[in-house]
Amino acid sequence: MSKAHVTTTVNGDPVEFLATPGMTLLDALRDELNLTGAKEGCGSGDCGACSVTVDGRLVCSCLVLAPEVEGRRVTTIEGMAQGGQLHMLQQKFLEHAALQCGFCTPGFLVAAKALLDVNPDPTETETRYWLAGNLCRCTGYDKIIRAVMDAAAELRQEKIA
Amino acid sequence: MSETLEKPAAAAVLNVVGTRPIRPDGADKVTGRATYGADFNMPGQLVGKILRSPHAHARIVSIDAGKARGLPGVKAVVTAADFPDLASEMHEGGEQASNLRDLSLNVMARGKALYDGHAVAAVAAVSTEVADAALALIKVTYEVLPHVTEVEDAMASGAPLLHAHLFTEGLPAKPASASNIARRHYNERGDIAQAFAAADVVVEQRYTTQAVHQGYIEPHACVAAWAEDGRCEVWSSSQGQFMVRTYCAKVLGREISDIRVTPAEIGGGFGGKTTVYLEPVALALSRASGHPVKMVMSRDEVFRATGPTSGSVMHVKLGATADGTITAAKVELKFQAGAFPGSPVGAACMTALACYDLANFTITGWDVVTNTPKVAAYRAPGAPIVAFAVESAVDELAVKLGMDPIAIREKNAVHNGTKAAYGPTFQNIGYVETLAAIRDSDHYKAPLGRNQGRGLAVGFWFNIGGESTAAVHIGEDGSAVVVTGNPDIGGSRASMAMMAAETLGLPVERVRPMIADTASIGYSMLTGGSRTTFATGMAVVQAAEQVVAELRKRAAKLWETTVEQVEWKGGQARCLDPAKPDKKPLTLEALAAQSGRMGGPISAQVSLNAQGAGPGFGVHLCDVEVDPDTGRVDVVRYTAAQDVGKAIHPAYVEGQVQGGVAQGVGWALNEAYIFDRDGKMENAGFLDYRMPVASDLPMLDTILVEVPNPRHPFGAKGVGEVPIVPPLAAVANAVRAAIGVRMPDLPLSPPVVLAAMDRRQG
Repeated sequence: MSKAHVTTTVNGDPVEFLATPGMTLLDALRDELNLTGAKEGCGSGDCGACSVTVDGRLVCSCLVLAPEVEGRRVTTIEGMAQGGQLHMLQQKFLEHAALQCGFCTPGFLVAAKALLDVNPDPTETETRYWLAGNLCRCTGYDKIIRAVMDAAAELRQEKIA
Repeated sequence: MSETLEKPAAAAVLNVVGTRPIRPDGADKVTGRATYGADFNMPGQLVGKILRSPHAHARIVSIDAGKARGLPGVKAVVTAADFPDLASEMHEGGEQASNLRDLSLNVMARGKALYDGHAVAAVAAVSTEVADAALALIKVTYEVLPHVTEVEDAMASGAPLLHAHLFTEGLPAKPASASNIARRHYNERGDIAQAFAAADVVVEQRYTTQAVHQGYIEPHACVAAWAEDGRCEVWSSSQGQFMVRTYCAKVLGREISDIRVTPAEIGGGFGGKTTVYLEPVALALSRASGHPVKMVMSRDEVFRATGPTSGSVMHVKLGATADGTITAAKVELKFQAGAFPGSPVGAACMTALACYDLANFTITGWDVVTNTPKVAAYRAPGAPIVAFAVESAVDELAVKLGMDPIAIREKNAVHNGTKAAYGPTFQNIGYVETLAAIRDSDHYKAPLGRNQGRGLAVGFWFNIGGESTAAVHIGEDGSAVVVTGNPDIGGSRASMAMMAAETLGLPVERVRPMIADTASIGYSMLTGGSRTTFATGMAVVQAAEQVVAELRKRAAKLWETTVEQVEWKGGQARCLDPAKPDKKPLTLEALAAQSGRMGGPISAQVSLNAQGAGPGFGVHLCDVEVDPDTGRVDVVRYTAAQDVGKAIHPAYVEGQVQGGVAQGVGWALNEAYIFDRDGKMENAGFLDYRMPVASDLPMLDTILVEVPNPRHPFGAKGVGEVPIVPPLAAVANAVRAAIGVRMPDLPLSPPVVLAAMDRRQG
């Protein structure tokens, strides 16, 4: 079984790895690149714990084959905090106690950032539907939704300032 | 919205407890750095995979692994022959005792496969691809047997027998023949026949619930290494590293001291990670291969082979006088245990009527084995199931009597001094305060919209204490490390650090909590039973108190006074000796800096067996809207009130309540194991096993009622389990209110609700 040589960009850095034909992007991130922030909760695109963006588009990395990201830009949870500073969403998740076990948290954060990138002022309903692809079994979503909307409000303020 | 109703008696001056600091493990968990079960790797590790039975019930005639062993890259194959054949022995490890023989037979089938997904063999290979290829080469010859998945079918005479030597326990005499009924539980008080005869109103109904899964998002995962000298190392995600150590030692016939278990971060458990599935297999594969072995379950495996909780059939009959006094109750519960005895029907019997002060009742529970995965604990095991039936019945009684649902519960409520239906006499409970909190809420008075209904239900859970160890170490700079042996499943590091900080008088940022491996801290029972903040918290506080005692002793020595003349306040020793008015306070920093000259390191470890966990009560109020065209039920407003004793970190207490509500709503509306005619699970994935997503739920309002538990240093009661008890009935009662039809069968999926509405109209 021959392996494909994949050259891509992950969190701004050029990376390359060898991919077996069936290797998912999630497997490549976790096993080849040691980026274990994206989690496998289902392997079928139902839980969102493996959420990453490819060229800015939110995807379940378990549903993307690793060779598909050749020449693309992949961003993962590991790329969210910049220069030792947490992103506003990460900070708000902590302030609102929007995580319990924390396993789904990377996926929620990546998905929430993708939401705010396209819609900086989402309603509660828009936020809930955008995040409906991410399962959390601990929190009942209440504090997650509050954290995302609070982060959105703060980011809008920052923009005005 | 959340609010806290504090009883004045609990108001002591607290600087840290009751505040909402950022959790100490937070940064790791929002950056992806936290290391969960599948995130850990060992040099040279192999991939371990399990071959699972495709049959619900089958004799394993033979297993031929010759071809698999011959496949290049395969390093080991194990079957039950590689594990000791254990004798039946009960082991007390947490809330529920486990039979070690059954545990080992669940880890690896011996002679018979008892459910679709039961492990029959395992391989270790150099890659996932090779391991999968090896599984396909193992030839298992099965003799397929008749199977039974439904609880009443399994109880019927002539049902296929899972275990030839299972004789019902708990009957007046040992039965003449084996059956699938493992045990009868029975409890009674008074004379129900007479009481029912005298009742003005009687309600009677059969209720059913389906098996549901805990649904933690992290699949089970571990890495295990068995060294040539017999030392074993295990890294795994579980609710208790000591539980993993004990079970691995028992299943593999090793000394406890041979095995060290390091806890990974745990990605949810809810009771489902209070047992082992992979760890003994990974160790056996490591022994056979001479390499570390990593095993990670797929979601399909999690559903098919790890513990759901029981499906049930229940009968509840209640009698009351016209003024709403419940005079008699008859409860019969039949619970699916899965492949081995041990459904939570015993706990269900004990909690069934715990909120009610009753003179006459009988409660009968049946623990029944079925060809389904062996049930595991799920958050307040058994209590939500029986509360669905009993709270639906009380609701029906209130409807028949034209009574307010809170009024009927207040009229029959247990109080301090009431002898609970399950035995003990209640003390320091906050049940009626919690009922009052809902009655006084805005939600209770709010009007309802079109196609909407409101339901109320109450719930009870014991909460437990038990064995815990904690250590507090003071650094030379006066900062502190708190070490415990309990995995942090929902923010317990924060509460441990806060309780230590409060006791030491330090800011919480100067206290770092750690969760140690089994060789680095004394024994602690697993994280379960809502025990960690209560019991391990008690050990933390006592260890911190020992540190304070040592600091006072050292200050007294420096000041040449007695220890009684030294007060510890605000992180400082203060001299109370009137003869020494010039002594300036000594900070923890100052004392720690001198430790090398004053008796050495400042450190304390406490091991205890915590008693006096306060039971918890919850009262939930739910508004639903039912789509008249499709039968779809939407929860549109929800308020949960709970007596929590004292909320150490209120945000994480609210989170526990909200999470329990969400799981309960899923149980009520959507979740169910669905088996096909062959006894195979048809919906072993998150697409078809439909747990609530963000767009399914509204904000979940909480009211924390604080009636302190005097047995805990800060008054805490367990909080994690109570909130899943009332929602099933709260939702079902709301649907009844919306459509006018009692809904006795869960889940209330759209077709079920639509059919009920059609019956009403027809």
